[in-house]
Amino acid sequence: MSDMTEDRPLGNVRTLRQVGLKLCLMLSVGLFCLGPILWQAVTSVKLDQDLVRLPPILPEQMTLSHYGRVLFESPIAQSLANSLIVAVSATTVSIVVGTLCAFALARLPIAGKPVILGLVLSTSMFPPIAVISPLYLLMRELGLRDTLLAVGLTHAVYSLPLAVWLLTSFFRQLPAELYYAARVDGCTPLRALFTIFFPLARPGLAVAALLVFIYSWNEFMFALTLTASDATRTAPVAVALFPGLYEIPWGDIAAASLVVTLPVGALAILFQRHIVAGLTAGSVKG
Amino acid sequence: MAEVRLEHLSKRYGATNVLPDVTLTINEGELFAVVGPSGCGKSTLLNLLAGLDRPTAGRILFDGEDVTELEPRARDIALVFQSYALYPHMTVRGNLAFPLQVTKRRHGFDRRRIEEEVQKVAGFLGLIPLLDRRPRELSGGQRQRVALGRALIRKPRVFLMDEPLSNLDAKLRASMRAELRRLHEELKITTIYVTHDQTEAMTLADRLAVFNHGEVQQIDHPHEIYARPANMFVAGFMGYPPMNLLDAHREGQTLRAGPIRLPLAETGAQHLLDQPLIMGIRPEVVAITSVAATGEGAVSGIVRLVEPSGAGMWVTVDLQDAQAMTVIGLTEAGFIPNVGDSVAVSVRRASIHLFERATGKRIGSA
Repeated sequence: MSDMTEDRPLGNVRTLRQVGLKLCLMLSVGLFCLGPILWQAVTSVKLDQDLVRLPPILPEQMTLSHYGRVLFESPIAQSLANSLIVAVSATTVSIVVGTLCAFALARLPIAGKPVILGLVLSTSMFPPIAVISPLYLLMRELGLRDTLLAVGLTHAVYSLPLAVWLLTSFFRQLPAELYYAARVDGCTPLRALFTIFFPLARPGLAVAALLVFIYSWNEFMFALTLTASDATRTAPVAVALFPGLYEIPWGDIAAASLVVTLPVGALAILFQRHIVAGLTAGSVKG
Repeated sequence: MAEVRLEHLSKRYGATNVLPDVTLTINEGELFAVVGPSGCGKSTLLNLLAGLDRPTAGRILFDGEDVTELEPRARDIALVFQSYALYPHMTVRGNLAFPLQVTKRRHGFDRRRIEEEVQKVAGFLGLIPLLDRRPRELSGGQRQRVALGRALIRKPRVFLMDEPLSNLDAKLRASMRAELRRLHEELKITTIYVTHDQTEAMTLADRLAVFNHGEVQQIDHPHEIYARPANMFVAGFMGYPPMNLLDAHREGQTLRAGPIRLPLAETGAQHLLDQPLIMGIRPEVVAITSVAATGEGAVSGIVRLVEPSGAGMWVTVDLQDAQAMTVIGLTEAGFIPNVGDSVAVSVRRASIHLFERATGKRIGSA
């Protein structure tokens, strides 16, 4: 499309303006998205007395004391471990159950597939706030209040519809003949899933797993409600409840939130290639 | 190797009756083709045979054993797909070995034995140099061969093929056809070959079944189907160019189709001729000549279309003195008519097919 405009006379002027416009747009969007994180980063290395002064925007003197306090003197380290346990187990449960479910919905002869998919989706339409008090009561009755199991289970259940939907569409993109070929070659449906579908749907699995992981890592309300002690709090909750005695420790909070964001950001960058491949997989016949 | 028998097999999807009622027997070791236009139910038939779909009613018997309710893997069949359906994440070796690995326990094959079998099949099909490649690095013909190899390696009881050659170019298709025939001669596995290409069915099969709208129109040897089509559908579908089918009736001792008159030979079923008829004439027995060389009984017409085909030319002619009656015929060597030319059309008496106009059924030849 842009080739067409470039071929015209006066195209250069136009191209220059277009490029300038695009650059401006990109900058403003980038600033809008990353601005808060940048500000947090700046705040996290400022001295305490500089925190409430403006100017200077950039700190004249930098300190790592906030990070030291967050990592060694606060419950953040414990909460990071909690978050990791919760997110990994929620992702595992959600992907294993989701894969089996999606495979059945994508390939097995089941009546009323659209209805089932609709029901699955409808469960995620309840706003979390609407289910939170019955959920709290349920967990208390089960004796699971203030345990990581309660948080992990809730996250797994709440992210399952997402996993099912994503994986169903990924499995559907794989040619049906491959499944039939595997069946004729002697596979049971489950074996066809493991030997043929798993390797081919790897990008899809990576995307689904990452999305569930991020959801669980960032989830706040369930984690806040179901936990009651530093031993079980997940990272977002721990950041929100950061202890401050006489004043709000902005520097520490900034450092803590960056520390909490970092693992997810790293994961996203690590899996970026998979995610892009996964989101476009099957769009072009390979 | 097995004899395959279908008994009153039917398949219905909701309100559509894809296969109303099929009964047929495929002999042991036979290469049996199922041919028909697209949507005639032949792929459904194959899926039922493979066990990928359940029939609405009826039975499928392999050597007298009822396999209707068996899972695909319990039937000991192999299926070659139109799209090849090679596993893209496995090498050629992996693809060939896959059926053996999956059924390893049943066959008691160890790794070395599987590799031996892979080598044997790969050698047979000329795939040895390609064993470590992946499907996407192969040409269409090579993929086709791998798909065949994957089906052959298990030495199935019944070999099913779903339009296996339709994704290949014309030249490759011809050579693969010959190769399939050779394979079948050597292995003698009962093979059911589904295709919409009547030439393929005619050249390849021992026997073939012509399907239309899910119903068997005729089952016979290729030459019988060509020489004695059971009805107008078979007559028109099998053979290229398609048979000329002309409205005809009897006038005393002659048959008339528009301006074409043919003396009626003595046949047994005279009374059947006193009704509206369809006369079927293969294009290869219709001679198109220049008007100057007109022989006895020739009819004149105007050339509509000329289609060169090696030896002669297929010419479509609008017959004169007839309302919209066209005939396809073959020119003699050396005669090259142009569109709009006036030509003479004469029918060699040897093979005229007669059908009832009302039902399309064959009455006989005249």
